[in-house]
Amino acid sequence: MATNVAASEDVKKSTNKEKNTIVVVKRILKNKLAVIGLIIIFILFIMAIFAPVLQTQDPYQQSLTEAELGIGEQGYILGTDNYGRDIWSRMVHGARISLVVGITSVSIGLIGGVLLGLLAGYYKKLDGIIMRVVDLLFAFPGILLAMLIIAMLGTSLVNVVIAISIWSIPGCARIVRGSVLSIKKQEYIMAMRAVGASNIRILFKHILPNCTAPVIVYATMRMATTILSTSALSFLGLGAQPPTPEWGAMIAAGQDFMWSAPHMSIIPGIAIMLTVFAFNVVGDGLRDALDPNMELSDN
Amino acid sequence: MTNQQSLLEVNELKKYFPIKKGILQRTKGYVKAVKNVTLQVSEGETLGIVGESGCGKSTFGRTVIGLEKKTDGDIKFQGENIGDLSDRELKKYKKDMQIIFQDPFASLNPRQRIGDGLEEVLKIHTTLSKAEREQKVNELLKEVGLKEEYKDRYPHQFSGGQRQRIGIARAIALNPSLIICDEAVSALDVSVQAQIIKLLKDLQTTHDLTYLFISHDLGVVRHVSDRVMVMYLGTSAELGSSDQIYSNPLHPYTKALLSAIPRPIPGVKKERVRLEGDIPSASEYPSGCPFHTRCPIAKAHCKESIPEWREIEEGHFVACHEV
Repeated sequence: MATNVAASEDVKKSTNKEKNTIVVVKRILKNKLAVIGLIIIFILFIMAIFAPVLQTQDPYQQSLTEAELGIGEQGYILGTDNYGRDIWSRMVHGARISLVVGITSVSIGLIGGVLLGLLAGYYKKLDGIIMRVVDLLFAFPGILLAMLIIAMLGTSLVNVVIAISIWSIPGCARIVRGSVLSIKKQEYIMAMRAVGASNIRILFKHILPNCTAPVIVYATMRMATTILSTSALSFLGLGAQPPTPEWGAMIAAGQDFMWSAPHMSIIPGIAIMLTVFAFNVVGDGLRDALDPNMELSDN
Repeated sequence: MTNQQSLLEVNELKKYFPIKKGILQRTKGYVKAVKNVTLQVSEGETLGIVGESGCGKSTFGRTVIGLEKKTDGDIKFQGENIGDLSDRELKKYKKDMQIIFQDPFASLNPRQRIGDGLEEVLKIHTTLSKAEREQKVNELLKEVGLKEEYKDRYPHQFSGGQRQRIGIARAIALNPSLIICDEAVSALDVSVQAQIIKLLKDLQTTHDLTYLFISHDLGVVRHVSDRVMVMYLGTSAELGSSDQIYSNPLHPYTKALLSAIPRPIPGVKKERVRLEGDIPSASEYPSGCPFHTRCPIAKAHCKESIPEWREIEEGHFVACHEV
């Protein structure tokens, strides 16, 4: 109890936004799984950003005399694939692709979803139309929808981004709409209306900042799904085309060599698994850390 | 009626909420939240509105300041008919009418520093420069008894009473003439209640404010109000000066309400008027006098005809056949 009081006093003393962020960060750091997730994500970003530095050789360079080398053989950290390409260098560049695709498609999906959700939640007249369209999108299995869009646009990584962005919109729209519906009935929104604030001001200055928490959590979780789907689509041959070093495509390429060189598929497989795991646990951690009801139990 | 200038006049105000059912969302009836309210508020006075939960007090207040669109009736503010104005036309009147809400924990944006919140109000309605606005925010905070340096804090760093003070600061920021206190002190504990009421009274004299004080707490209403209106199921049952209502209640509902106030004097037996049953649903509105279903003195004709709003004595109105 005494520590609780001291903690809340600490919170009271904080006078700016940065201090509030510190509280959230502190709470995440207490969640061990989330910390592991953050470390993995951090490593991933380092790999992606410094790919040209970290690579041991050109990821596209073939050397048939050195094909299918195992882990650590002849100085290749993670071995080589069936064309003798260095798997480590390809993994590092693959991280780049996964993160870029993940971040762009999640951002595009969020912008669309947040706008639609805000409009649907705030304006009753638009609600019916927008949410029926969203329901329609929901009715398709996600990967099928993505495949449909790629079938129409053609196979390329850019089209994968477009497909996955569209697929991210409905979930986000629904979450935002739900928050808006509850927030717009709050008395502080009524007070702003009583003061004569315009709808735009109320929507973007008062409602939007109050539904960021679920959106941040959704975005993090969505990163995991997106990276997984990109790999899945590439595995199916709809995304990145060979010889692009994309993780899903690498698993697909390794399939035929499962017996002679299993590490060709297993290494990218582990990378995908760890990445998805990391984003999921960080998402979970964020959800707990951003929960305003946690305020009092904080010590 | 009164010789003072009237600030707000409400005539037979109605606010019905449609009940929509089915796939096509057809209207299958109405919740008659405010069925028939007529009143007149003079400049500088405090008019208390009492009634039990669900009688339409809050809806009435919100309709008056334009948060809800009225269904029928007139709302005249400063002599101007504001009931039919669009939101844009209403904006200039919004400066003059403000509202203080019940829940101090829900009435402030949790992600906005309170100083920014107050400044925003000024930004919307005035052309003051940033420095002038900041100056004004400081003055407002001082006026409601808060320190200047609190303006960089977020609402969750304040207690209930302090938050209510911030709500009051927001309401008086634009120098309004009418403030609707919608259960403004009901969520606070008694000692804080007293402080907030004192603050409201002080501000009334310094700012020439008129209050519409909505509450279910008869004791508080008596303490703050010059006149009191008793509402039952969306209609006005009785209206009179505080003294008239509290010492000479005429409507059987007012009598029942007053007899329910707990009295701290032991040994003094007071006859308790007990009401049978619950308040009827506002969606299945009773015929005739809305109170006839629970009225201890109801006669046959109460069921059929709606009682007139009659002035029994100077400034004392009642809607009852049997008075």
